[in-house]
Amino acid sequence: MSGRVLVGVKRVIDYAVKIRVKPDNSSVVTDGVKHSMNPFCEIAVEEAVKMKEKKLIKEVVAVSCGPQQAQETIRTALAMGADRGIHVEVTGKDYETLGPLQISKIMAALAKKEEAQLIILGKQAIDDDCNQTGQMTAALLDWPQGTFASEVSLEGDKIKVVREVDGGLETIKINVPAVITADLRLNTPRYATLPNIMKAKKKKIANMKPADLGVDITSRLEVLRVDEPPQRQAGVKVETVEDLVSKLKEAGLV
Amino acid sequence: MANPFRGQVIKLYRTLLYLGRDYPQGSAYFKERLKSAFMKNKDVTDPDKIQKLVARGNCLIKELEAMCFLRKYQVMKKKYCQTKK
Repeated sequence: MSGRVLVGVKRVIDYAVKIRVKPDNSSVVTDGVKHSMNPFCEIAVEEAVKMKEKKLIKEVVAVSCGPQQAQETIRTALAMGADRGIHVEVTGKDYETLGPLQISKIMAALAKKEEAQLIILGKQAIDDDCNQTGQMTAALLDWPQGTFASEVSLEGDKIKVVREVDGGLETIKINVPAVITADLRLNTPRYATLPNIMKAKKKKIANMKPADLGVDITSRLEVLRVDEPPQRQAGVKVETVEDLVSKLKEAGLV
Repeated sequence: MANPFRGQVIKLYRTLLYLGRDYPQGSAYFKERLKSAFMKNKDVTDPDKIQKLVARGNCLIKELEAMCFLRKYQVMKKKYCQTKK
């Protein structure tokens, strides 16, 4: 029993930034734009660190894939309490086409290499909204998965997960090792304070390439076009209730 | 500024500046207000007063963390956790 948890963290454009599409409709503008850790990944890190504080697991390893800047995201995870980091370096065109399939292959390879018992990921990234990485990782490893977790508790060699689904809450019990994806209500992530960020500089971040893990990161997808959502139509003001009803009838809504 | 407090005040300023990057109403606005608030008190020499101001600053750190988190939580909840009617 290694008691080791892998947490995947993704560097995304900050949630509060207004997204702009490039004039050539190829992608979204990222240069000079504020980036931060995906909010669901923050929740994943917090859950892992809490487990460590309760002495349920021994080590939290933060993993991120991307260019040099991905190290900032790993540092934030280290400042929140992760023990060490792994930066899988992917740059340029490869990074642009990096998606859930490639990440899950990398996570699966790392889970085997690090003999991890648990992988905790955010349920989805706020930039691509794929909601696939956790599920694919579990499938590649043939591990059980507890997705959209709003509550996780370790019970011996099993994990009890309360999942937030459309119909309400579903409670499942799965074997370890497993993959968990964090939903919004799982916990309240702690703030990575400045002193903790300074202390985190002493923690190690290992560097490697996907090839070192024997992972092929060629994408099966091609982005054809990126467009902004249609502009919201201006509302129409009406004078009387009769006007409102007739307008609704016109639009076929009543 | 009395020497023993210089370190504390600088540390407080740096921490608040760092937190201000996530300020909901804009980090530039926050930075301005922060700087003028600190400059306003730069000639205070009474150790008691300095202690009180530093304590207020530390409370502000907690308030800011809560505010930034709440804003993020509200936006995330609206986008990702709407219950279907």
